[in-house]
Amino acid sequence: MSPTVTTSSEVNGNVSAATARAAAKAAATAESTGPQTITLAKALNTAMADAMHADSSVLVFGEDVGMLGGVFRITDGLTKTFGESRCFDTPLAESGIVGMAVGMAMNGMRPVIEMQFDAFAYPAFEQIVSHVAKMHNRTKGAVKLPIVIRVPYAGGIGGVEHHCDSSESYYAHTAGLKVFTPATVADGYRMLREAIDSDDPVMFMEPKKLYWSKDLVDLEGLRAEHAANAERGTSSEGRAAVARPGTDATLIAYGPSVPTALAAAAAAAEEGRSLEVIDVRSIVPFDDETVCASVRKTGRAVVIAEAHGFASVSSEIVARVQERCFHYLAAPIRRVTGFDVPYPAPKLEHYYLPGVDRILDAVDDLQWED
Amino acid sequence: MTISADHTALGQHSPEEPAGNHVTEGAAAEAVRKFGITVEDYMLPARHQIQMVDQDGTLNPHTEQGAQPGHEYSLPGDAELLAAYEQLVVGRRVNDQNSALVRQGRMAVYPSSHGQEACQVAAALCLSDGDWIFPTYRDSVAVMARGVDPVQTMTLFRGDWHSGYDPAKHKVGIQCTPLTTQLLHAVGVAHAAKLRGEDTVVLAMCGDGATSEGDFHEALNFAAVFHLPVVFFVQNNQYAISVPLAHQSVAPSLAHKAVGYGMAGERVDGNDVVALLAVLGRAVKLAREGSGPLLVEAHTYRMQAHTNADDATRYRQDSEVAQWVARDPLKRMQTYLTDRGLLDDDGAARITDKAEAIATQLREGLGEDVPVDPQDLFRYVFSTPTPQLKEQSALLADELARDASAGASSDTEATK
Repeated sequence: MSPTVTTSSEVNGNVSAATARAAAKAAATAESTGPQTITLAKALNTAMADAMHADSSVLVFGEDVGMLGGVFRITDGLTKTFGESRCFDTPLAESGIVGMAVGMAMNGMRPVIEMQFDAFAYPAFEQIVSHVAKMHNRTKGAVKLPIVIRVPYAGGIGGVEHHCDSSESYYAHTAGLKVFTPATVADGYRMLREAIDSDDPVMFMEPKKLYWSKDLVDLEGLRAEHAANAERGTSSEGRAAVARPGTDATLIAYGPSVPTALAAAAAAAEEGRSLEVIDVRSIVPFDDETVCASVRKTGRAVVIAEAHGFASVSSEIVARVQERCFHYLAAPIRRVTGFDVPYPAPKLEHYYLPGVDRILDAVDDLQWED
Repeated sequence: MTISADHTALGQHSPEEPAGNHVTEGAAAEAVRKFGITVEDYMLPARHQIQMVDQDGTLNPHTEQGAQPGHEYSLPGDAELLAAYEQLVVGRRVNDQNSALVRQGRMAVYPSSHGQEACQVAAALCLSDGDWIFPTYRDSVAVMARGVDPVQTMTLFRGDWHSGYDPAKHKVGIQCTPLTTQLLHAVGVAHAAKLRGEDTVVLAMCGDGATSEGDFHEALNFAAVFHLPVVFFVQNNQYAISVPLAHQSVAPSLAHKAVGYGMAGERVDGNDVVALLAVLGRAVKLAREGSGPLLVEAHTYRMQAHTNADDATRYRQDSEVAQWVARDPLKRMQTYLTDRGLLDDDGAARITDKAEAIATQLREGLGEDVPVDPQDLFRYVFSTPTPQLKEQSALLADELARDASAGASSDTEATK
């Protein structure tokens, strides 16, 4: 089954006959079997390919995303399938990539752009904060910027300096940006399709250490789900997920910290403690409802994030939960985050990253009476 | 026109092909054929700035216009010149009216283009209907000359919203405050148009100080590499607030920067609307025909302070300003058109009346106490407000309702 969603392609007209031929060819060769084991990388790649089939105004560009397929191979094959007009390399300049995307979006395109690494996105900060985030507001909605800025982020890969930053708090702090971060293979597909469909700009934070994580996923099912959502005007956007149900305490995590939280919950279960794990998924908009429902149920919470704790998404989550769930809490909310130090060198990163033991220590601290 | 197969120049070479930027070679080779000059002579600006009408209003002989082989410019038609003069007069009146409104406290701020009106007018008039323009905060006169309503143009400076017009409807980017960031938006608009096979040209405006910003470099390079129809138009008004050009660049001219990107540059007398129309007109035509981007630098002068908050006497001499008074763009055009018999007293009076009517419109429109809706704060952040914005919107609504019921005198009580 091929995706049926069409957004603005009618408005924009066909990009070219060559592109249409390429799309038809790719559609014909698209895999069409049931559940299969794929990586997060493949899920993201498939989401982009499907969106490009569905809408000729969807373009992919950035550094090394063309012939190479991206340094993480997330755009692998897109140039071959859709041609250089739809997926192409730019000069090596991040502000240029984002600024050009702004103009393209103003003129009818839906750019999906790649920042090669978290810390390499900083030259684009002015374009993101002063234009991408604000254009809709300053023009009272006359100009929409349906741009997805994909950012491979966070550490745990033994990367050298400037390749492991958790930069989500900068973007979450900026009014006008949605900030998504998938933690599962299926969400990689689901959330990237939703980000591309969004008429508002999305910072799409991809946990790079999870790129090669695998899961059994029914891509056809996900496509059908996306098509059905588009038809009904519904989506999973802005919703957190219960990644593991539990009763004694809630672990709130996102992106790269979700598997760590799940491992901690599994370890706690062996000690007879039932931990619920919430996968935040969408940092902006934030799903207070799902998160607070869990904390009200368990009465205890630990927030887990790789980023520095000070003035961060994790501090925001603690504040929100405390404001809304104070009378349900048996103990102060704890955080397990990266230390407030520059991201460490590879041989030191395991001291920095939130791990199972540190999470379980925090859980132990939640004033258990018994 | 379909998508140019060479729009991504690099990485397209087959392994047997020698590396190199064949797009530039293509554009330049075309220029060599078209103009019969070398690649270097095509890309480098003429040795002098192009001036057609001198500061006394006299048409320079062809040989003294500053052009050289491959850089010749023809005189715009009479109707075009008269239309430009009308816009010059309107622009000057708008500049001075707005400065007065700022002094009266009816506008928050106004960066005046007094002295730069020729650049403003030519930038707008050189484009066709389907073309786009990307202005800065000092380019209100150009925005109006592209057909945006005067009061809507000034909304940014009145202070009730950040922009008053729909950029897509007018094909006018919103007036940009962060320097040169808008040049990249111009590049993107041109890129999208090119991918769809449209013959749109985009004119991107910035000042001399802005050429120091990184986005200036990135925009010119992107436009050149993707071979896009963008005309970069630098109004060199000699100062970036207080800092003179010598502290921004020691290049032979700002137009010389073009050659580094593989594009053609030209410099022009920015107070001579005739030369500006000719040079920008040719640049737009070349871009539309597929030359790739071009860079035009206009030498002009900001006659007044940066804004009302600035004191220009701290950094420049009256004698310098006086030199530029003599080069005024309106006066020379009035003399030139009158001498040629294209402008008589009746015509001049009609133009003055039109300018006065627009000034009246501005006084009335900007003097009006436009009610602001506090809920607009939340309405346009996203296409659909987030749950958090809905909560904050309700909070403000509740606060205002309580204020209203408690009466204006008990504000303090109401917010406790």
